[in-house]
Amino acid sequence: MSSNDGIKKTLFVAFALCIVCSVIVSTAAVVLKPAQEANQALDRKRNILAAAGMLDDSMSVEEQFAQMTTRVVDLRTGKFTDEVDPSSYNERKAAKDASLSEALSSEEDIAKIFRREHFAVVYLAEDAQGGVEKIILPIRGYGLWGTLFGYIALEGDASTVAGIGFYEHKETPGLGGEVDNPRWKALWSGKQVYEDGELELEVVKGTVDPSATGAQYQVDGLAGATLTTRGVSNLVQYWLGEGGFEPFLNNLKSGEA
Amino acid sequence: MGSIKETLTTPIFKDNPIALQILGICSALAVTSSMQVTLVMCVALTTVVAFSNLGVSLIRKHIPGSIRIIVQMIIIASLVIVVDQVLKAYAYAISKQLSVFVGLIITNCIVMGRAEAFAMKNPPLPSFIDGVGNGLGYSVVLIAVAFFRELFGTGKLLGIDILPVVTEGGWYVPNGLLLLPPSAFFLIGGFIWVLRSFDKKQVEEPDFRIAKHTVAKEGV
Repeated sequence: MSSNDGIKKTLFVAFALCIVCSVIVSTAAVVLKPAQEANQALDRKRNILAAAGMLDDSMSVEEQFAQMTTRVVDLRTGKFTDEVDPSSYNERKAAKDASLSEALSSEEDIAKIFRREHFAVVYLAEDAQGGVEKIILPIRGYGLWGTLFGYIALEGDASTVAGIGFYEHKETPGLGGEVDNPRWKALWSGKQVYEDGELELEVVKGTVDPSATGAQYQVDGLAGATLTTRGVSNLVQYWLGEGGFEPFLNNLKSGEA
Repeated sequence: MGSIKETLTTPIFKDNPIALQILGICSALAVTSSMQVTLVMCVALTTVVAFSNLGVSLIRKHIPGSIRIIVQMIIIASLVIVVDQVLKAYAYAISKQLSVFVGLIITNCIVMGRAEAFAMKNPPLPSFIDGVGNGLGYSVVLIAVAFFRELFGTGKLLGIDILPVVTEGGWYVPNGLLLLPPSAFFLIGGFIWVLRSFDKKQVEEPDFRIAKHTVAKEGV
């Protein structure tokens, strides 16, 4: 089979094989894309429900999600708006679009997101009387390896954390990846965000002494993941702070949103 | 037909890729902490080995010797990407748990080992069967390991409670070690030991024998 080793044959085989394989791979990618996107959308909804602690396995995610109210908030004014359609709005694309976002200075940008979009899609769970029971806000920021995307849920008082969850991140499995650990996420529930209107919530290094003053504003850090911990602390502070949802939450409390 | 059957069954116990050839250990450690994930990984790997063997065998007479490893890699990598895409489309939750390990099938020694050792020299059908056989051999070990790890590590199998654990009001204290990767080493070691006690042929010749002690006076 020495004829196989000629330079022409070698190039031909390599080229033909690459063409055939790339056709197979791209066909698979194109054909399966709708199903994958549907899965991602469903996973995002599941995460929204899970962050709020409202995920109920006995019902379909779609059914539960239908009970939530989806609203758009203008982050510049902190008020609800109807300027964009939440079903087609994409925060990540908007954050790259100069007309839909603004650049952040390095002092403002503690979550290292570089640009903040003007609009954010938030989810509200309402009780039977129409009062707000849970507020679920999208959050994102840089950890160690990449941006973490997630949701934080607040109780109706807009200051007590109901839950947190990240649906996409690139942190090291077992270390920073422990942001997915249900036991760690459970620590967030019941923590206070604001003290007399001042943002106090933070993730500390090590464990929180429950008897110390201010323990209700502190969450345990992840062991062996200092940078992820700092990233999570910063991104939560950014999104719940002045540049994020704080104006909106204040408006919501005073009924002016 | 006898030889086809042998090609299929030999790798399961007699010439098991993990237990005898000691290939593909890395993923065996990583994905065996839960049965469901293990089963999906087994199906994914078996599919990839079978079809990469088939593909390599189909064009084996035209593969130039100088680039044969790269040619095998291209075929394997394409198949792995397709499998990964299919999982993302139809088993999203599991594909998230398997994360990098599906991608790492590319580097799984079993796949390339079989392509190089078998498919390069044999016609398509036996190669395909050999791939399925080796995939099953890998699966047998993984399923056995996952059975022990999930049952004794969490008290569950496929997510169904078998041993009621203490934290949920039962009596069973789960063995946390079994959920950590090193436990798979012990279990695979145990599996190989059991296998070799039944099939003595698999026991390797020792590389050297220890000589008898020298007597004290010889040293003087």
